[in-house]
Amino acid sequence: MDILSLFVLVPVLTILVLFATKGLKQARLVAMFGSIVQLGMAVNLIFAYFRERAVNTDIMVFTRDFVWFKSFNIHYAIGVDGISVALLTLTSIVVLAGVFISWKMKDLPKEFFVSLLVLSTGVYGFFISIDLFTMFLFYEVAVIPMFLLIGIWGSGPKEYSAMKLTLMLMGASAVLLVGILGIYFNSNADGGALTFNILEIAKVSIPFEAQKLFFPLTFLGFAVLGALFPFHTWSPDGHASAPTAVSMLHAGVLMKLGGYGIFRVAMFLLPQGAIEWSWVFIILSATGVIYGAFAALRQTDLKYINAYASVSHLGMVMFALLMLNKTGWNGAILQSLSHGFMTALVFALIGMIYERTHTRDITRLGGLLKVIPFISVAFVVVGLAYLGLPGFSGFVAEMNIFVGAFQNDDMFTRVATVIVISAIVVTAVFLLRVIGIMLMGRVKNPEYLKLPKVTWYERTGIILLFIPIIGIGIAPLWLSDMILESLEPFIRGVL
Amino acid sequence: MSLNSFLLMRQEILLLAILLLLIVGEIFIPKNKKSSVVHLALFLFGIHTAVGFLGIEESSVFGGMFQTNNLIHFFKNALNIGVLVLLLQSADWIQEKIVQKNKGTEFFILLFSSLLGMYFMISAGDFLMFYLGLELATLPVAALAAYETSKRISSEAGIKFILSAGFASGIALFGISLLYATTGSIYFNEVMEVIISNNLTILAFILFFTGLAFKISLVPFHFWTADVYEGSPISVASYLSVISKGAAVFILMILLFTVLKPLMHVWENIIYVIAIATMTIGNLFALRQKNMKRFLAYSSIAQAGFILLGLIAGTQLGAATVVYFVLIYIFSNLAAFGVVQAISLKTGKENIDDYNGLYRTNPKLSLVMMLGLFSLAGIPPVAGFFGKFFLFTAAASQGYYFLVFIAVVNATISLYYYLLVIRAMFIRNSNTPIPYFRNKIYMRLGLLITAIGILVLGLYSPLYDYIYELTGIFG
Repeated sequence: MDILSLFVLVPVLTILVLFATKGLKQARLVAMFGSIVQLGMAVNLIFAYFRERAVNTDIMVFTRDFVWFKSFNIHYAIGVDGISVALLTLTSIVVLAGVFISWKMKDLPKEFFVSLLVLSTGVYGFFISIDLFTMFLFYEVAVIPMFLLIGIWGSGPKEYSAMKLTLMLMGASAVLLVGILGIYFNSNADGGALTFNILEIAKVSIPFEAQKLFFPLTFLGFAVLGALFPFHTWSPDGHASAPTAVSMLHAGVLMKLGGYGIFRVAMFLLPQGAIEWSWVFIILSATGVIYGAFAALRQTDLKYINAYASVSHLGMVMFALLMLNKTGWNGAILQSLSHGFMTALVFALIGMIYERTHTRDITRLGGLLKVIPFISVAFVVVGLAYLGLPGFSGFVAEMNIFVGAFQNDDMFTRVATVIVISAIVVTAVFLLRVIGIMLMGRVKNPEYLKLPKVTWYERTGIILLFIPIIGIGIAPLWLSDMILESLEPFIRGVL
Repeated sequence: MSLNSFLLMRQEILLLAILLLLIVGEIFIPKNKKSSVVHLALFLFGIHTAVGFLGIEESSVFGGMFQTNNLIHFFKNALNIGVLVLLLQSADWIQEKIVQKNKGTEFFILLFSSLLGMYFMISAGDFLMFYLGLELATLPVAALAAYETSKRISSEAGIKFILSAGFASGIALFGISLLYATTGSIYFNEVMEVIISNNLTILAFILFFTGLAFKISLVPFHFWTADVYEGSPISVASYLSVISKGAAVFILMILLFTVLKPLMHVWENIIYVIAIATMTIGNLFALRQKNMKRFLAYSSIAQAGFILLGLIAGTQLGAATVVYFVLIYIFSNLAAFGVVQAISLKTGKENIDDYNGLYRTNPKLSLVMMLGLFSLAGIPPVAGFFGKFFLFTAAASQGYYFLVFIAVVNATISLYYYLLVIRAMFIRNSNTPIPYFRNKIYMRLGLLITAIGILVLGLYSPLYDYIYELTGIFG
């Protein structure tokens, strides 16, 4: 068995075992065990990747290729580069933390963990695929469990949110399908056979007309998942209604599929289309950055605040990708990773606060630092990371993005860049406002004085997510190297 | 006629033999053991299905009136499996509701006659045989639709079906006669050589197409569908939407891709428009349905619209994707209808709201239903995803990107109403949920086969490649 297929196989096996379990205790143990194995594999993959990279200079390593549907030339083709390795690691950490956060899931626990792992199977499969068909398949596998996860275990207007999220994302994937078919039927432009293989298609020069037609479709198909303004509306509602672990996984991992797909498919395969259309999407993503930040400023529900902050941060990812240069791309990927860890952590902390106080309205909270210090301090620290303080992952990412953005010296990009940068200030304002109202001051509700202390499984989840946030901030170079190395073929292909 | 010609018609003759055996057998079964006719019929049809998997020679008899090849044979097998599953799912209903009224045997006889008609229809080598098959396939279904004579709505369904079916086949026959007038032949291979595009042949084609469009319930010939499905017994509705529609799509494909190929520049435009209309209207009507049978009726109209995306390609790829999709569609729709049947038999409830909280009382039934609906909606990794993706690929291969775009938008709309049922089963709670019950062995088997089919048909790629090889005759 090869090292990558295991990433799909292990969750599938875990799901099968889960079907045989009874009750919460068995289900969570199985889910935890499966996720720990997955994390172990991800860590192992990082080392294996470096060993392999030293001797292998292909774009993708650990590649495997099996013919699946012969007549369509569909393959089960897998492989990773530094970017996918990093994102796989992100996924495995967030999934494990999510399992810990859901330790007390009372209602239908077995079904909950099954849906969660189906989602993660889709994500893992998406990151290892280098065949467009397989990739698309895993993309939809990752999206559809959200409907049940939000619908059954969510809160608030959960039916509405679940339906809205599922339909918008599946609608986006439908648009993406047209884009993929367009790429497929142009993959023989140089006289070869039709193929879904990304690496093969990248060698073909797809006609300019086709690129112009299919780039926006492919881009939008992925960008909706990355919460591009104005297609972001599923995200705040979905996050607010979802149970904690699902919000974590969704904002932390699933939304990263969008940026990754844009980069790996839309830009890599249709570079001329990207240059042609970038101005439209630069406007949209810059609007998203500033709009998300201001929207977060006005919200009082903690989950809405973080959801809009995610819109803002992921808008930055897309903005950086559209800068079409190495530094910008490096920043985009670092931002994807760092935002994945941070937002997952923030959602986890919000879930813990909500579980204790039964409210997410910041105006009704206050002085939490005194009563639940561990959670509150964690919130302050991750808040500082969020606004890009040096020493944390957010700083490294945003630094790269802005340096990359300033390398484009035309007026249009300059203006957009300045707008995007100004969003940082707004981000700082809303974060400090939340921290000030919620954590400082006097305890508003006397009942809060008796809030239970943080439990061991919550603590584990928090620490698990803190390690990479601080790790990337302190020693970003090895990760940067891994990413920059993997960017080389894109730079050759696109620029 | 030599033995070889008999072997060519093996499926038909065997089915006819079963039919006669049932008629004769009914006389010898004592009155208090009438329900054993169900076991007998299932047993015989099971053997028939199994025997069908033996290979067949590609040839024709009766001077080309009846032809068969591996693709047709494969499709007959697919129909057989569909009917077998359908019989398994209906066995309890027949035993509990029909045998009491002493009408058990007739049910099987009518159903098998209709299937026999479909065999002849898809094996037809000339328009006469085609028309005979079409009528034989249609008329018994009208009787079946009116089978629950105690219910007024059932009789209404029967009358509606026979009137509109008679009208449609009359129009088709008119089309055939015009075609004969212009080409001087009713044999497919002769017509193919002399057919040219002029106003009269185009008119003939349109009339002829109408007759089949009625069977497939394409918009604007779909008005009978929802009422007939709602009124007739569930197994008959299921038969109409799965087997009958599948066979009609198949023969339409054969005719379009061979005999009527010279008219392609005409029919591709007609299909383009009808595909958009069928998908959109079927979907929009399905959105607001409360009754599961009507809901599935409109959903199957919309599915027919998707099938047209494969037909419009007019190539081997198109043919392969259509056959593949119909095969998957048989399993997916049977899963959905099977669950509706099981619940309706035990509780008499048929509305979507009645399904609230079903997962908490009957998890297995809900999971089968979910598989079926996900497959109809085209969600991976179940089979429907592959079926739909390939249909879209077929249309895109001829450059119909806009049509594919409309289709994917429709696929998203259809996802909404499939999710409504899933929402009822999994998310909503009810004060009076459907209580837990255990199905009998036949029903369980029937549902199990569909579930396995839905899970395996897509992921098991050699099946598609095999179908692609079989459709080489259109290459």
